[in-house]
Amino acid sequence: MKPLALLEAAVKKPVWGCQMCGQCVLHSTGMTCPMNCPKTLRNGPCGGVRPDGRCEVKPEMRCVWVKAVERAPRTPWAHELHDIRKPVDNRLWGTSSWANFLSKRDREAPKGWNVEA
Amino acid sequence: MSRLEDAIDAGRFVLTAELLTVNGGGLAAVHERFEPFEELVDAVNATDNTAAHAHASPLAVAVALQQLGMEPVMQLVCRDRNRLALQAELAGAGLLGIENICCLTGDDVTAGDEPEARRVFDLDAIQLLVTANAMRGGHYLSGRKIDPAPRLFLGAVENPAAPPVDYRAERALKKVRAGARFLQLQVGFEREPLERFMREAVASGLASQAAILPSVCLVRSPSALRFIDEKVPGISVPADVIERCESAADPEAECFELACELADHARSLSGVRGLHLISFRKEAGIARLCERLGIPTRRERELRGHSPRVAV
Repeated sequence: MKPLALLEAAVKKPVWGCQMCGQCVLHSTGMTCPMNCPKTLRNGPCGGVRPDGRCEVKPEMRCVWVKAVERAPRTPWAHELHDIRKPVDNRLWGTSSWANFLSKRDREAPKGWNVEA
Repeated sequence: MSRLEDAIDAGRFVLTAELLTVNGGGLAAVHERFEPFEELVDAVNATDNTAAHAHASPLAVAVALQQLGMEPVMQLVCRDRNRLALQAELAGAGLLGIENICCLTGDDVTAGDEPEARRVFDLDAIQLLVTANAMRGGHYLSGRKIDPAPRLFLGAVENPAAPPVDYRAERALKKVRAGARFLQLQVGFEREPLERFMREAVASGLASQAAILPSVCLVRSPSALRFIDEKVPGISVPADVIERCESAADPEAECFELACELADHARSLSGVRGLHLISFRKEAGIARLCERLGIPTRRERELRGHSPRVAV
């Protein structure tokens, strides 16, 4: 990992359990990292969430989307919760999302990715 | 245009059912699974490794259904295939004239009998819908052209009862924005979550943009209810419901009554366009339920334009 990525990991891992996907969407999901979802769902919860809000796969954990939906309204980016997020670019794992944000690399989508507003 | 799409567009009451999983036995095995309700349903779902157990592939089963004269709804889950394989299945479906596709996230591998398997989830259900919709429009996710474009009629699922319940209609709307035209809801044994979901679906316009089909599950025994409650991700069965079936003089009949009540309740809700029925046994339960509820055969619905509201 490059120095910036190491720094990013050092900051974000302890706080948000950052997985270093290199294309951070934390702010638009209520400051809850969707990459902690065992299914890495970036567009909302799956249908398997337990009645008490715990994860289908890891019952010891609250569903990241239950937390996201709860927390998003308290952030300045509440409306972004409803965005349709593009598929993960698997080439970016382990790279710094800060660098990818500044270079706009994290906003590159496949050519055929087309979502109405 | 698929028969399902036609029924939805025409505003007729829509009935779909799930095919029990198939592991072999040729076309005869497929036929015996839908024969009891052949005349009733508009389409039958070919499931994709339900509950993370391997079975004959959804494309193979969908083709079998088609060969037997039954219209398939091919389910496609994100758990077992990356985006290349998902697009290959969609192109394959298009190639063979299978139009109805239901896109799901899928139960996790840990719900199945091979929990040591690698989970994929390269796309989520919404991203899969966007991808399938792009293919409908004539190109793969990469932008590469598909000519002719596959004819696809896309759908999705939603679980009104799973937390966060106040977000479920919103998420379903996201699926509609991504291209879903019908929604087969997860089975529920409580009325309140479905009522709430449908209220929100009507208010937000979701119900007018996609055909919402609540699912009703027919079980034979209270122990099956207990099994569903404990083992099936995302479905809980209230203790009093299990208790009611267990303490009945005839538990099997009581389970059937329960399904009839849930189906009748679901179809009475504003915005509901039809039902999706699931029976875990190869018997006539689905046909009996339709008879009890006065749901006419598909042919009759087509002839008389039987609408959801008339069915109430």
